[in-house]
Amino acid sequence: MCQVDEEYHDQLERTDVLSASQKCVRCKEASAAVVIRAGDAYCRGCFKEYFIHKFRAMLGKNRIIFPGEKVLLAVSGGPSSCSMLSQVQEGLSQKAHKKLRFFPGIVYIDEGGAIGQSTEERQRTVSELEVVFKATGFPFHILPLEQVLDLPSSVVVMALPPLEQPPSAYKAAVDRFNQTCGSDCLTPPEKQKKSLPDVHESHTQLLQQLIGSAKTLTAREDLLNTLRQHLLVYTARTEGYSKLMLGDNCTRLAIKLLTSISLGRGAQLAQDTGFSDSRYGDIIAVRPMRDYSAKEIAHYNHMFDVPSVLIPSLETKTSEKASIRRLTESFVTKLQTDFPSTVSTIYRTSEKLQTVCRSSSTDDHSDRCLLCLCILDTAVEKASAFQATLISEQVSQTLFLGPGIPRQNSGPERPASAASAGQCRSLSGGEDCGRATSGGSCCSSAKETINLKSLLCYSCQLTIRDMSSVDHLPLYIMSEAQRRQRRSQMRDEISEFLLNDGV
Amino acid sequence: MHHLDATKPRIIYESVLFFSRGGAELLFNGVKEHHVTLPSQSEPWDMKQLLVWIQRNLLKERPELFLQGDSVRPGILVLINDADWELMGELEYQLQDRDNVVFISTLHGG
Repeated sequence: MCQVDEEYHDQLERTDVLSASQKCVRCKEASAAVVIRAGDAYCRGCFKEYFIHKFRAMLGKNRIIFPGEKVLLAVSGGPSSCSMLSQVQEGLSQKAHKKLRFFPGIVYIDEGGAIGQSTEERQRTVSELEVVFKATGFPFHILPLEQVLDLPSSVVVMALPPLEQPPSAYKAAVDRFNQTCGSDCLTPPEKQKKSLPDVHESHTQLLQQLIGSAKTLTAREDLLNTLRQHLLVYTARTEGYSKLMLGDNCTRLAIKLLTSISLGRGAQLAQDTGFSDSRYGDIIAVRPMRDYSAKEIAHYNHMFDVPSVLIPSLETKTSEKASIRRLTESFVTKLQTDFPSTVSTIYRTSEKLQTVCRSSSTDDHSDRCLLCLCILDTAVEKASAFQATLISEQVSQTLFLGPGIPRQNSGPERPASAASAGQCRSLSGGEDCGRATSGGSCCSSAKETINLKSLLCYSCQLTIRDMSSVDHLPLYIMSEAQRRQRRSQMRDEISEFLLNDGV
Repeated sequence: MHHLDATKPRIIYESVLFFSRGGAELLFNGVKEHHVTLPSQSEPWDMKQLLVWIQRNLLKERPELFLQGDSVRPGILVLINDADWELMGELEYQLQDRDNVVFISTLHGG
């Protein structure tokens, strides 16, 4: 029975003690070198086959990448994305069994400005990576994150998805491809070599101000991720790529899943951690490394000399409790040492997640979050969990400020610009919004503040709330926010004249 | 075989080459490769002692990011002569001359 001093050691099963003289469980001949999962020891050769096969199987099983498509590989320089790059190289090589059939390109985003690296450090990292990229022969694009400040607002608008293909289309496309050109015509279109363009000091400062305006590390990471995603999607669109490959591995996705739940991103879990992510419409993001644990990747990279570059991040050398993600990571990795099936269990759970597809039309953009482009999870009924959080927020604020001062909005709002009479200072290129003359109120008059919260999903609202000011948000975000708000106001104004479906 | 003097038992010097990778090198002043000769002692060196030795002599900062209790922090892989240390007995593995130990941090980057 349970007692204070009772020892359980004898009854607990010991994990089998493995030894170096153990033979590979697959070929039973060579001596084992790596332990995969709990207790499966593979030799070098079998491990390599297993690793390579998993990549092909992942792509083949999902049948999302069609032959001849242009696929953009997002490489951060870290082990997972570099491993992904080497797998793509392996898969495209002539002698590959069931070789891959798409046109890859590489993109690297230099985030050194956001984390405070010097120009020399950034240039050094870029040079190292250029060597790696050139060796692959694929076209590559190296961009500084500062470019995100100049993006057009179309990047946060979901584009029209490509026409829905029937399942048989994949097989037909493969057959067609094999007939027309076989294996010879997979030469890369052009070899573009775009190295890091010079970054203006002022841009770097703006970026740092933006990141710095987020008060918590969690919010800063979230913001950085959002900006990076926007820049990736923009690059894919402008350079003509229809797919984006991300290097998230199993361990990172397990951590991401738990972190997302803590951050209130439960509704977006399937898209955040699944194999394919179609939130952008025209570009589909895929995660072919999601079946590999960080350990497998590290072993493979070491054994087979896959080059990767160490790039510090916002979290480097931070303490365990510095951010929600860090805490989750430490929790999962610690649990994993004693229970080696932790990560794979979380992963299996994530595979079962699906998004509830609401029948919103794709061109009704007000249904999507402004920052993360996922469907808004905040438009729900009275008795929902979301309403409960809103009410408790209101109640706690009223108590804090004392009765009589009910404050609805705790997040920073864009300060009402003190517009002089007749002067419309709207963001869209300085032209008058026309309302003052037509009798309505001017858009930049004291009444209008951009209520960002209504345009964001729950967790993006939390991120914005952690920012001391939204003034530093890039222009493309603010102008799109303004546009959506105006449309929504206009819709309210004419709502009685609109025909509703089913009425 | 070494001839051991009965009155003064001695073990050969052990020279160990170890690498820190994947971010672990940040804790060693960015140095990735360390050629180390361990002081001789009566019993053979094992991994547990090596870790203690590393902490005392080489770890430049933030020991909690490398070690946890007796072992390495979860998330840091250890390879002994290119094989997973789980196959070699982990902390109990006894070092031999010219052994090659690699520490790879998997917590960084992706």
